[in-house]
Amino acid sequence: MTATLLDALALLGSFDHRLLEIVGLSLRVSLSALLIGTLLGLPLGAWLAVADFPGRGACNVALNALMGLPSVVVGVLVYLALSRSGPLGGYGLLFSPAAMIVAQSVLVVPLIAAVTRQIVEDAWREYAPEFSVIGIGRPQAVRLLLADCRFSLSVATLAGLGRAMSEVGAVMIVGGNIDGYTRVMTTAIALETSKGDLALSIALGIVLMSIILTLNVVAYGLRCWAARRYG
Amino acid sequence: MAHYLRSLMLVLGLMAGVAHADETLVVASTTSTEQSGLFGWILPRFEQSTAIKVRVVAVGTGQALDIGRRGDADVLFVHDRAAEDKFVAEGYGSYRKDVMYNDFVFIGPKDDPAKIRNAGSALNALKAIAGSGQPFVSRGDKSGTHAAELRLWKDAGVDPKALAGYKETGSGMGPTLNMAAATSAYTLSDRATWYAFKNRRDLDLVLAGDPVLFNPYGVIPVNPARHPHVKKDAAERFAQWLVSPEGQAAIAAFRADGQQVFFPNAKP
Repeated sequence: MTATLLDALALLGSFDHRLLEIVGLSLRVSLSALLIGTLLGLPLGAWLAVADFPGRGACNVALNALMGLPSVVVGVLVYLALSRSGPLGGYGLLFSPAAMIVAQSVLVVPLIAAVTRQIVEDAWREYAPEFSVIGIGRPQAVRLLLADCRFSLSVATLAGLGRAMSEVGAVMIVGGNIDGYTRVMTTAIALETSKGDLALSIALGIVLMSIILTLNVVAYGLRCWAARRYG
Repeated sequence: MAHYLRSLMLVLGLMAGVAHADETLVVASTTSTEQSGLFGWILPRFEQSTAIKVRVVAVGTGQALDIGRRGDADVLFVHDRAAEDKFVAEGYGSYRKDVMYNDFVFIGPKDDPAKIRNAGSALNALKAIAGSGQPFVSRGDKSGTHAAELRLWKDAGVDPKALAGYKETGSGMGPTLNMAAATSAYTLSDRATWYAFKNRRDLDLVLAGDPVLFNPYGVIPVNPARHPHVKKDAAERFAQWLVSPEGQAAIAAFRADGQQVFFPNAKP
């Protein structure tokens, strides 16, 4: 164990441009999925928080359950959809970064929507009487609440980022782990482990964890800056 | 809806930076060819001589055939003769050509508790493992190696599922070797993956050389009559290059851990 760790640390110095490509693709895929996930998840979650319709409770439970959607199941479903023999096969997206973005978006949307729903619903309960007094309707309330809860909601986004960056099951299946094209950090780690090169796996794992940490530091810095600037 | 979908796909394409300037070819192949480093050695030579960019999806032979059946690859490079012939007979593949072979080897603990080093044949080795009650890990993933292993058990007249020490990992050769290393078990591996494998711990090659352990690889272009979108010409050039003198020489020159592990055998 210690020997493997030391080997891993020694390897960190010897990484080349191929590793940078893999890191770059990981970031491109996961940040794209996060962007899609945020654009769909935030409004969806906020709408569910203030909406009133029959079966709302069941809908919320289902959404919360989808946070635990296994990535490998999403991988198989997206694979079947994008396969040449599937309904969206005509676009030829299987085994491409675009397919990986689709799969990770499917994983991220329910997570962001469910966390957003809870945060906004709590705020809605608090402000609903005042909103009704000053005559603010639900569509406008959604916008106000999203703006008001922005700092809490950044956690929803970070959770989405973590989910996307860390999953391996979906991107392995829909991307195919093609060298120089669809190989990302997690699938590279899985490959090196299966080749028995545990030191390289750990080294890649250290790199991946550093990237996730860096992204979180940046998010934290932005939040502090925004809090000082805009209160 | 269709419009919306199309623009969504376009946006996705832009985000993913899809650029199809060069001709690309999707090859579905096996973990042994990828993980041993063979593709890393021969593909740059193929790409240089044809200007076709190759993308390899490395999975078990069973899954590779399925990818071909669905039309998600242009050409297959796999090793399970019976399943390959069926694939072509069913019309999914245009034809099958011999490319090369390697062999399966028995891997086990160095001290060889089931005493198969001197078993003399693969079938005797399996009988000895069954008789000794020693653990054996199987791929259990419908790969070419798994299919070969099941054929050998059948020929040895042993039902492996009835053995207490028999475990299916349901994963690739590498994870299976990792498990054999961790539990001091026997397993059947292709020679190339074994030579390229690093986490050997107490494992050693204990038996090889029996002709029944012969492991032929074939190339099959996916049938354009079945899947009109496949890159027919590029797939054809890939198949022809593999069996050409240039491709065969490249395969013969490849070394894993200093050893030749793939032997070209295309018919001229």
